[in-house]
Parts: sequence; C-alpha cells; structure tokens
Amino acid sequence: MRFLFKTDYEQDIQLAKHSGYIWSYGALLLAVLIVPFFLEEYYVGQMTQLYIMAIAGVGLMLLAGYTGLISLGHAAFFGIGAYTEAVLTGNGLALPFMDEPIVFSFFLSFPLAGIFAAIAGIAIGIPALRLVGIYLAIATFAFAIIIEEILSRWESVTNGYSGLLVESIYFGDFELTDGTPFYYLCLGVLIAVILFSLNLLRSPTGRAMMAVRDSEISAQSMGVNLAKTKTIAFALSAGITGLAGALFAHKLGFLSPESFTVLQSLELLVLVVVGGLGSMHGAVFGALFVLALPQGLAILKDYLPTQIAEVPGIEPLLFGLILVLIIIFEPLGIYGRWLKVKLYFQMFPLYKKATFKRQKSYMKSERLR
Amino acid sequence: MSIGCIYALVALGFVLIYKATEVVNFAQGELMMLGAFLAYTFISILGWNYWLGAAAAIGCMFVIGSLVDRVLLRPVLGQPQFAIVMVTIGFGYIARSVAGMMPGWGTETYAISTPFSSEGMQILPESMGFLVISQTDLSVIIATILFCGILYTFFTYTKLGVAMQAASQNQLASYYMGIPVKSVFSMIWGISAAVAAAAGILLAPTTLIDTSMGFLGLKAFPAAVLGGFGSIPGAVVGGIIIGIIETLAGFYLPPGFKNVAAYIVLLIVLVVRPQGLFGEKTGKRV
Repeated sequence: MRFLFKTDYEQDIQLAKHSGYIWSYGALLLAVLIVPFFLEEYYVGQMTQLYIMAIAGVGLMLLAGYTGLISLGHAAFFGIGAYTEAVLTGNGLALPFMDEPIVFSFFLSFPLAGIFAAIAGIAIGIPALRLVGIYLAIATFAFAIIIEEILSRWESVTNGYSGLLVESIYFGDFELTDGTPFYYLCLGVLIAVILFSLNLLRSPTGRAMMAVRDSEISAQSMGVNLAKTKTIAFALSAGITGLAGALFAHKLGFLSPESFTVLQSLELLVLVVVGGLGSMHGAVFGALFVLALPQGLAILKDYLPTQIAEVPGIEPLLFGLILVLIIIFEPLGIYGRWLKVKLYFQMFPLYKKATFKRQKSYMKSERLR
Repeated sequence: MSIGCIYALVALGFVLIYKATEVVNFAQGELMMLGAFLAYTFISILGWNYWLGAAAAIGCMFVIGSLVDRVLLRPVLGQPQFAIVMVTIGFGYIARSVAGMMPGWGTETYAISTPFSSEGMQILPESMGFLVISQTDLSVIIATILFCGILYTFFTYTKLGVAMQAASQNQLASYYMGIPVKSVFSMIWGISAAVAAAAGILLAPTTLIDTSMGFLGLKAFPAAVLGGFGSIPGAVVGGIIIGIIETLAGFYLPPGFKNVAAYIVLLIVLVVRPQGLFGEKTGKRV
C-alpha cells in the first residue's frame, strides 16, 4: 500500500498521481506501439477496430458517464462523422459557384467530420436542455431514428442503401488507411482523445459537468451554468464520436445506413455501461468487451458440440445476459471489478469486502405532487 | 386507426409500469413479441381454440412479467433510473434471442388463424354514410376500448388498484401503510406484460409474428410521450393520434416520412410541451 503525501496543491490535479502511473502506462504504451510487429494482419485490424470503438466510447462516456446525460442516439453522430468523411474525401463538396467539387485532404476532412457531428450534437443538445432523465434519452433516440432515415433517403449524397465507397487516403506514396499505418493513426487519435478528456475533466468545465451529473440543482446553486455546460458536453461528446465515425468509415471502406441503426446506439451504450460508467478506463474496457465477445464465441464454437454451437442468436443472448448481470452485481462495470482486484493486491492480507459495499437505497421519486 | 390502437395498447403497458415503478421499460415490444409467440404455440401448434389460447397466452405473460420483475428488477431497485433502463434493454436482447432459439418458434414469420375475417364489412347503415372496416381491425379497436375500461375501473375502484397508485406515489410511505410494495410491483409488471401480450395477439393477423416485431414497441414511445408519460388515457389517445398521423403521412408525404413521422412529432412534443397532452406539470424534488 502506497501512501501519498501531498506537499503541493498542484499534486491534486496532476494526471499521474505517482511514479507508478508513469511506469505502468509507459509499459502499456510501449506494448501497444510494438504489438503490430508481432501480430497477424487480422489481429492488427481488430486492434484498430478496438481503438475506434474506444474513441466512440470516450465520446459517449463524457456525456453519459461524466455529465449524466443519457444518449440513446450516439450512432447518429457516429454516422454523421462517417458520412462526412466519406463524402468530403470521396466525391468532394460541390459548391454552386465552383466548377469542380472540392475534394478535401484527410487532415482537413477529419477534423471537419468531428465538427459536423459536434454541430449536430448542439442541434439536438439545445432542445434537450429542457429535458431531464428519460425524456432526454427518448429525444436522442428519436433524433437517431430520423438521422438514420435521412442517411438512407438522401441518395444524392449518401447513395442510400446501395452504399457509399470510401476512398483510401494516400500520404505521398503510402497508404494511410490500411494495416499498420492505420493502426498507428487510430492509436494516436485514441491517445489524443483520452488525454484531451482527462485534461478537460480536471478543468473548470469538466468539474462543472461532473457537478451537473451529481445534482443539477446543487450545481446550479453553486453557479454552474446548466445550459452552457450541457451544450458543451453534447458538442464535445458528439464531436469525439464523429471522429471515431470518420475513422470507422476508412476501416470499413464501404458505408451503408445499416451500420448506424438504433442497435448500434444501444451497443455503444452497453459498451459504456459494461466498461464502467464514469471512468476513462471503462471506455477502453467496454470496447474490449464488445469486440472480444463475438470473437471469443467464434473460438468457443469450435469446442462445443454442434447442437449448441449451431443455434443462432446465442450472441445477443450472452450480450443481454452479461449486461443484466453486470448491472445487478457490478454497477461500476469492468472498471469496478478492476479496482477491487487492484485494492485486493495492494492491501493483500487485509482486504475487506465491505470497502465497496453499497448502501441500501429506496427508490426516490422524481415526481412532485 | 387499428395500428394506432396497437400503439395505444403497448403504450398503455409502458405507462402502467412507469406510473407505478418509475421504470421505463424498453422491452415492452419484446413482451408483446413473446405474448404473440405463446399464443401461436397454443393456437397453431397445440391446436387449441382461439379464445382459450389467447387467454392462456395472456395468463402466461402475466407470470412472465412478474418473474421479470422479481428476478431482474428487484435487485436494482433504488439505483439510478439509467441502470434500470439498461436492465430492460438487456432483457430485450435476451427475449429476442431466446424466442429465436426456441424449438418451433425460430426466426421465420408465422400467422395465427383467427375467427375474425379480414374482409371489410359495413358498420353503418347506408343512409348515415359509407364506412367500411375489416373485422380484424374492429376486433383491435374493441379490445382496446375493453382493456382501457377494465384497467380504469381496476385502478379507480378496487382496493388493489388504489394500493398500486399509492405505491407509485410514495414507496416508503405505502410500506408504512401496510401495502406489500414488492408484490404490488410484481403485479404491475404482470398486468403490463399481459396487456402487451394482448397487443401482440391482436397485431398478429395484421403483421404476422416474428422475433423482430418487438421493434414496433419502440413506436409506443412517441405515443406515451404525446399523451404525457404516466397518464393512462393519455397513452391511449396518444397511440391513436400517432397511428393516424403515420397513416396520413404515408398518404400525403413523400416516402420515408411514414417511418419518421411519429418521431418528428415526438421531438416537437418534447420541445414544445414536455409534459404531453394529459400529463400533469411536475416539479423536481431535491
């Protein structure tokens, strides 16, 4: 067990609380940097996918985990980012006063994808300011369905259900959006996004967001501008998810509205919940879970008798089952379990179960009569 | 109109659960799907009489609904609403895949043979105008009216119904007054599941049964919100209005609007009048 003696106020907001952080995360960074040299191409692709999901997870985590606003429509922002990227780097933007459509380079279109998604986030965020709790969730849900319909009907831009091919990005002679280079690109974006979010969370804005999550009314009475904080949270969250969508477009190489349905939104939400609400680790753990489950099942199927292995629909069953079990037994998700294991080893013979015991609580009504 | 009644029935289930337990049940559509499949099992596979099969399915769903409450929701009571919503989403996943895996159910689509014909029939005499409606649609409308009547009477006049209202208003206080809150909650879930099953059975002749029919339950959100979450007559009126709007949008607007019309209405309602048509204005307790 390590005891931290703080001698400086700066220590309270440092990202690395003590030297152990630097060692362990440094080792992790080293590991993910050299890993593509040892893995097969398929697994490099899977890792890339993992990073993309984790970026989206960080985006949703900012909103659901840190601001306490639940969005059932994050696939919409994901889709807006993906389509923006695909259209801008592919056919380009056709403006009426120009002869040829402008085709953007990746380094311009990628931030633009995020910005477009962020604008959409503000558009849904402003009416959502009046809504609390479940109403907000339903409003975002409706928004996502409308966006999905627009993506499939606006055929001149999105090509509808016949799909849209995404151009690969070349940087000089070398293809940026495939294999190992793309792996490093996604890894870089993920690290940048996580660092950005961590820094945001120790800034006044981030603290205001957490205050809003814990109690809107007390946050308001402490002088937090609710409308501003919520709108910022929506915009940032949507923007980060849009970036993930842009990367996803390149990963897939082919977009159709079916990739951005309500089920996708739910999957993102499950990712955040299973990973652990209110922690950046949770976004990564959750992405790991969402991607590893189908993989693990595919491997497991080889060892099971055919009667069980051939049954369709076992994957959503496990998905739902794990979701329910985690909420019942481990409300902080995989990250909560991780904390417990960590504490167990830190305190080794003295670990007490009661450290994490939840208080018994009654349902508090949100209605007032 | 009849599709609106289905929405109304599903929304009724939502509202019942929300009113009593403040849980928003995202698996309402799946409950409807399960009910329809049970009815299919009893009527088409086992060859029972239609009425008997429907009643048995509704009864089974009552039990399943209470079990869901007992097994899945009791442990998370008192946790943030969001956690509970996620549990119901998880249950939706489970129900869909279980229905797909059941022997005899599978992922194909099925139909139930009903005593109602789908041919049109005239319910008004010629002199009063011209109104043709099919028997299936008529059965849906009548059943909706019947269910609303029964539920309304139940909540207003029986002891149990009043107890349920009390439990929904203040859990702790109703404990002290001697109301068995836990079993009341299970009852509510049971009733709600039974209503969903009825909706599923009534819907079966029109859209056929398959494992994804639960997604229709999502349309009940606009209905419930339009009527005001937590208001039983509101849910019914909201459902019917949404059904009518959808049909009209299908007629008069370009394709694509039919699917989203309900949700556009939902967003407008949420922005303009979040408490819905019949909802009471509520403040938040600190």
